Amino acid sequence: MTAPTDWLAIDWILASVAALLAVGAAGIARPHSFFLIARVLFPLGAALNALIAVVAVVALTVALNSGPEVAVLPLGLPGLPFHLRLDPLSAFFLFLLGGAGAGISIFASGYFRKGEGTAPGLLCLEYHLFVASMAMVMLADDAYVFMVMWELMALSSFFLVTANHTIPDIRRAGYLYLLVAHVGAIAILLAFGVLQANTGDYTFANMRVQELSPFWASVAFLLALFGFGAKAGIVPLHIWLPEAHPAAPSPVSALMSGVMLKTAIYGMLRIGFEVLQLQLWWWGVLALVIGLVTALFGVVFSAIQSDMKRLLAYSSIENIGLLLVAMGLAWLFSAYGMSSLAALALTAALYHALNHAYFKSLLFLCTGAVLHGTGERSLGKLGGLLRFMPWVGWMALAGALAAAGLPPLNGFVSEWLLLQSFLFTLGLPGTFVNMLVPVVAAGVALVAALGGYVMVKFYGVIFLGQPREPNLARSHDAGRWERFGLAWLALPCLLLGLFPAHVIALIDPVTRVLVGEGAGPSVAANGWVFLAPFAPDRASYSPLLFLLLVIASYALTFVGVRRLYHGRMRNAPPWDCGYPLLNARMQDTAEGFGQPIRQVFEPFFRIERHLPSPFDRQPYYELRASDHFWHWFYLPIARIVEHTSRLVGFLQQGRIATYLLYSFVTLLVMLVLVFR
Amino acid sequence: MTFSSFAAQLLAIVVAVLGAPLLTGWVNQCRAWLQNRSAPPLLLPYRTLHKLFNKESIVADHATPLFRISPYIVFAALVLACGIIPSLSTDLLLAPAADAIALVGLFALARVFMSLAAMDIGTAFGTLGARREMLVGFLAEPALLMVLFNAALMTQATSLASIVETIANQEFAIYPSLAVAGVAFTMVSLAENARVPVDNPTTHLELTMIHEAMILEYSGRHLALMEWAASLKLFAYSCIGIAIFFPWGISEIDEPVGMLLALPVLVAKLALGGALLALIETLSAKMRIFRVPEFLAGAFLLAVIGMLVHFLLGA
Repeated sequence: MTAPTDWLAIDWILASVAALLAVGAAGIARPHSFFLIARVLFPLGAALNALIAVVAVVALTVALNSGPEVAVLPLGLPGLPFHLRLDPLSAFFLFLLGGAGAGISIFASGYFRKGEGTAPGLLCLEYHLFVASMAMVMLADDAYVFMVMWELMALSSFFLVTANHTIPDIRRAGYLYLLVAHVGAIAILLAFGVLQANTGDYTFANMRVQELSPFWASVAFLLALFGFGAKAGIVPLHIWLPEAHPAAPSPVSALMSGVMLKTAIYGMLRIGFEVLQLQLWWWGVLALVIGLVTALFGVVFSAIQSDMKRLLAYSSIENIGLLLVAMGLAWLFSAYGMSSLAALALTAALYHALNHAYFKSLLFLCTGAVLHGTGERSLGKLGGLLRFMPWVGWMALAGALAAAGLPPLNGFVSEWLLLQSFLFTLGLPGTFVNMLVPVVAAGVALVAALGGYVMVKFYGVIFLGQPREPNLARSHDAGRWERFGLAWLALPCLLLGLFPAHVIALIDPVTRVLVGEGAGPSVAANGWVFLAPFAPDRASYSPLLFLLLVIASYALTFVGVRRLYHGRMRNAPPWDCGYPLLNARMQDTAEGFGQPIRQVFEPFFRIERHLPSPFDRQPYYELRASDHFWHWFYLPIARIVEHTSRLVGFLQQGRIATYLLYSFVTLLVMLVLVFR
Repeated sequence: MTFSSFAAQLLAIVVAVLGAPLLTGWVNQCRAWLQNRSAPPLLLPYRTLHKLFNKESIVADHATPLFRISPYIVFAALVLACGIIPSLSTDLLLAPAADAIALVGLFALARVFMSLAAMDIGTAFGTLGARREMLVGFLAEPALLMVLFNAALMTQATSLASIVETIANQEFAIYPSLAVAGVAFTMVSLAENARVPVDNPTTHLELTMIHEAMILEYSGRHLALMEWAASLKLFAYSCIGIAIFFPWGISEIDEPVGMLLALPVLVAKLALGGALLALIETLSAKMRIFRVPEFLAGAFLLAVIGMLVHFLLGA
């Protein structure tokens, strides 16, 4: 045992992971002790998460300059130990996990009170197992440990999703999640099978040196895209996401949306850029198209939701789509050897992954606080909460503005970088690709603007206006721990937006690993105040200056108006154009706010309407907008599976004589084959 | 940073902030002439602002602080927008703070705060206005971005100053992609500034309102700031149009003297543009709200076609 001062970064991270497991195990020692779990174990978990984040930053900036760190743990099967490796890509995603995870854990300390249907100690174990397995996925350096940890992640999160397992809908959501997760895992396993190229050695080190033919490389790529896509929720494998994320307790939804989806992005980057040594241009085109479809699908569905957590879940699909678009662009550039542009696109992708981790976790936690404060999650029964829950309300505003991609918050920076990498694509060989790129850029711009629509709906309907139910006036603000957790996540939404050059300096070593070049030096050359990935007179953006200018002109206006005129103000009942009656039910409902989108994008939805007839005794109007994929893709598959199993059922007669007959016939056929 | 560049930047902002209501007044006057009405005075917008600032602000009982800070944020955002758009000179001190994409983000910031403030009181008209504004916005914003991308592709820069400088200095010709983008830009500006085919700034019927419905609950100085911000937005859009499509005569140095020479040119262009806007408004009829997405989708597609034309023809 070496002294801690001699420890490498990877040792620190492994120690933190082991400590996380210990924290989880301590939870089941006394599963009903509220004090132990909420005041000791979860805060301890938060501290360990923060430690992971700090170590990861140190690793990115200092420790990994001399190359990746490796470790071999004598766990696992005989002759097949755990190979682990910490390189900048792992370190970056560990930073994402630790930073967002710490805030979520602090929030969870205040959140898990009654245990959400499962004993708090058990939840504590599942939660920390989940976090630890995600960290190990990012450290894995052979297919064996990767798959084990991947499955551990899926299973622990499955149990977390079904924490409230007495509700049938939640059980159903959990089942769907487990099913899709395993279909994806099979594809990932097959992808590793292709990557090891019949050498029988499943370490990533071996896979990196294999020179696959374009055909087999493409097979591996497609399998990985499918497998990781199932975890990330790309269309058409998104079906589980809007079911499972809302079903889970809010801190778990935050962890799943903010962090777990990024493990899939990590997997795609690891295999698509680092393990596979060649990239083909059509991979990029495929990813661009799928990504755009996913993003558009996610945002359009998000706009019509009336459950706040489902709305956020669809918005996660949108963001995953944007990430895939950025990665597709990087594959395209990488295939044509334009590595500096590929580095820019990847910088946008990694930056957006980090931003999404913070703002989406923040928003999910806010929905958790609203759920606890009001007991309500349907947008149609909320409203006006900014007055009753000011702390949650203002934090949610930060998250919503960041998610809407507004300057000077963080969501805008990554969108800016993504659009920049689209703009300077001139000179791609191939007219078709050259024409495709601006069309996708237009699509990205549309998605970003629709994202603003969704966030205005989300924030406006929950926090603004009048309370739609009378008992909302009694709702209480979040507790102390919860507030701290929210602030932990809200602050980076601002900081990541204000200091892009520092964040890009962190991302720089990652893109160097992936495409051999980084955007860091050219950004650093223009100073940290201005973000200018190329020459400053071509494109530059300075969030800090931007914020200062807005604040300055705000203050000048404020003071000026008061100086030149006056600051008198009077409160009165709302005017509302003089209409005498004004009540909360006259506001737009969530459905009403989404209605324009439903009408404009009607072909996206499968709409079932019931219109009342004049002769109805009890007339009612009903409208259901559901997913085409469910009806035209999943239900047929389910029917085929059921039909096939019914056919197989004919063999199962339940009489021993029949089964003996099968054995006998089988034996005969074998004998005929052997002695032919 | 020299004193003269600082003075030049300040001049650009002051011209925008003080001149914007004049442009609004001019458009209203032209519109009245074209419609055979007796025209309101040119300086009426200033008098209205003065009157509103003098009045007491009445705020609904249950309004949150968001309602009161929004007018300032919207106004500040649009002042900043006017500060970075090259209207008089292409050499602006603040130009590196925000490029074309950040400019669109700035407009989006103003729009989102205005919509949130409209939803804050919880009246039927406020939320209706917010929803419609976001409906217009979600198509107008990418369309504007694509128009700017057309110019950016031509000049290989997203910095507004570089775009305008390059276009002003290249030889005079009709560039197909810019021509298409110009049509798209006109359509977007009509929608974004609540002008006739999309919205009617002088309507008194609440059910047809978009912009006006959002600010129904405002009064006094808050309303004045919202109205002033609307004028600034019209000014900003006009200046973007002039800078990208008709940049000739703009000063390329940050000397206040050069800018003073560019001022009459800008005023002449704005007067012409304002008259043209009044003509368009007079000649067209307001659309049903659900024709608006088609109209704007048209603008969006035109702008994308402009980009494709650029790739096909290389111009």
